[in-house]
Amino acid sequence: MDWVQGIVEYIPANAALLRELTGNHLVQSILPIVFGVLIAVPLAQIARLNQPAGAVMLTASSLLYTIPSLAMFVFLPLVLGTSILSMVNVVVALTIYAVALLMRSTVDALNSIDDGVRQAAVAMGYTPLRRFLTVDLPLSVPVLIAGVRVISVTNISMVSVGALIGVPSLGRLFTDGLTRNYPEQIAVGILVTLLLALVLDLLLVLLERGLTPWTRATPARTARAAALEARTVAA
Amino acid sequence: MTSLEQSSGPLPMIRFNGITKTYDGGRPAVDDLSMDIDRGRITVFVGPSGCGKTTSLRMINRMVEPTSGTILLDGQDVALQKAAELRRSMGYVMQSSGLMPHRSVIDNIATVPRLNGVPRAEARARATELLDVVGLASELGRRYPGQLSGGQQQRVGVARALAADPPVLLMDEPFSAVDPVVRAELQEELLRLQRDLAKTIVFVTHDIDEATILGDKVAVFAVGGRLAQFAAPEEILRAPVDDFVAGFVGRDRGFRHLSFQQGDHVTVHPIETIEVDQLADPTVSVRSAWTLLVDADGRPHGWVPQATRGSIATQADAVPGGSLYTRGDTLRRALDAALSSPSGLGVAVDDDGRAIGVVRAAEVFELIERARLDRGRADHNTAV
Repeated sequence: MDWVQGIVEYIPANAALLRELTGNHLVQSILPIVFGVLIAVPLAQIARLNQPAGAVMLTASSLLYTIPSLAMFVFLPLVLGTSILSMVNVVVALTIYAVALLMRSTVDALNSIDDGVRQAAVAMGYTPLRRFLTVDLPLSVPVLIAGVRVISVTNISMVSVGALIGVPSLGRLFTDGLTRNYPEQIAVGILVTLLLALVLDLLLVLLERGLTPWTRATPARTARAAALEARTVAA
Repeated sequence: MTSLEQSSGPLPMIRFNGITKTYDGGRPAVDDLSMDIDRGRITVFVGPSGCGKTTSLRMINRMVEPTSGTILLDGQDVALQKAAELRRSMGYVMQSSGLMPHRSVIDNIATVPRLNGVPRAEARARATELLDVVGLASELGRRYPGQLSGGQQQRVGVARALAADPPVLLMDEPFSAVDPVVRAELQEELLRLQRDLAKTIVFVTHDIDEATILGDKVAVFAVGGRLAQFAAPEEILRAPVDDFVAGFVGRDRGFRHLSFQQGDHVTVHPIETIEVDQLADPTVSVRSAWTLLVDADGRPHGWVPQATRGSIATQADAVPGGSLYTRGDTLRRALDAALSSPSGLGVAVDDDGRAIGVVRAAEVFELIERARLDRGRADHNTAV
């Protein structure tokens, strides 16, 4: 079991490098998720409100996703005027992918809301913006987070591609490990990447639980509810 | 404002003025509707599916915009008011309760006050009071709507509509998704609430029974959005204006109409009674063909036929009685008590449920006939 020992020894010996690369990796994975949500949610609402434009937007967003990531990383510095080694390129590229993926799932999320609830909100006198922010959006969280979880895993794995053109991330452990023929380093890269994906996914699950307490409330017929109801009827 | 000057009497709360609604140039969903909705009363829109009753209701708070015509709310054209603010000035209760699943019951009730900028604590305190008003335990306030039964959700829906104390309540088939027992309870609750609150209520239903129970006035809509008849429920049952209304109010309308005739003049005859503890005592004899079995408080518990007097020893052996007629109740109740009783004698009780005598079907019929003749004479007189 030499390679296991190799891995175990590699980690403390390269702790500083690992910390730095993990930090870079996280920034490049998480920022696009945040930007992606912030951009995709309003776009999805526009797409829902304007059907013809919505169809065009959804098709266009699907097409964006077909651009290869490496091409995007190389092409973006030309457009943005950033250095080829800048993390901004990766963040922008992954934000574009995130928007492309989230558009459709956000439209689905917003469409998943019971029409009766929406009608009720209109009848209560919500203004459209307030209704969107305080009724539609909170209720679409479960479907929305399902989409975000896909993005988060995808991002964690795609950030590594940036290492091919020299943007620092855990991907450097792969490029570096390959040139130096250092399989332990590659294995550690895979392990840390996996760990990041798992932790991020767990955080998203916890976030969803925190945002949707009503979905876990026990439905109607607990003994307590029955007792309360009995009292209601008696009264 | 000129249109108002034409009206006689108090200003109607809501006035439909030549309202037509057409979707995409098709046949009108609502066709030239003009009507006045009385302040502080329950007006019921009733009719088959596709008659435009819900569309008409939703035009009041501008959830649907009319193709032509105006709606005046307290004299003001609703089209000139901001839609969101207009809606907050009216309570709205819908069929599926439409509660926000992600908000606690209390926060659901507090919705409109919060939209109006009432501080959270104040809005919640008022919401808690309203739970009591609609007959729910305050503990339920912390629950989510998904944790309540259908009937409880409808009560919360009513509480939410009342939260900002609006003068107008719009109710769109609010009780049609609950079972008949709960529906009857909710109807009674609504009438009880209305006695205290005196809101202007517009209530949509497809159930003519519900319409006649709740409505001070009933508007019967026909397919194609035509207002076929708009009158007191008693009049709609007694004198449907055309075949459509007659067909819609149904075959039992003659019997249902009795609900609107007070039975104050029904003669209550004395009846021989026997107490439960006297059953086993052979020395207590009965003379009538049917003797009413009562408990120590005088409440009826069935009948003892003379032929079986010897074999009936306990309350369980007695012949079960029919429905009870509380003195002063409607002729419908009086007649039903007589018709449902095994002895043919309807048991009359006082407000405490103690037997005070019996009523006879034949005499109830006589009263019905006399009322009909009186009415005919009155109609004739006014016609002359």
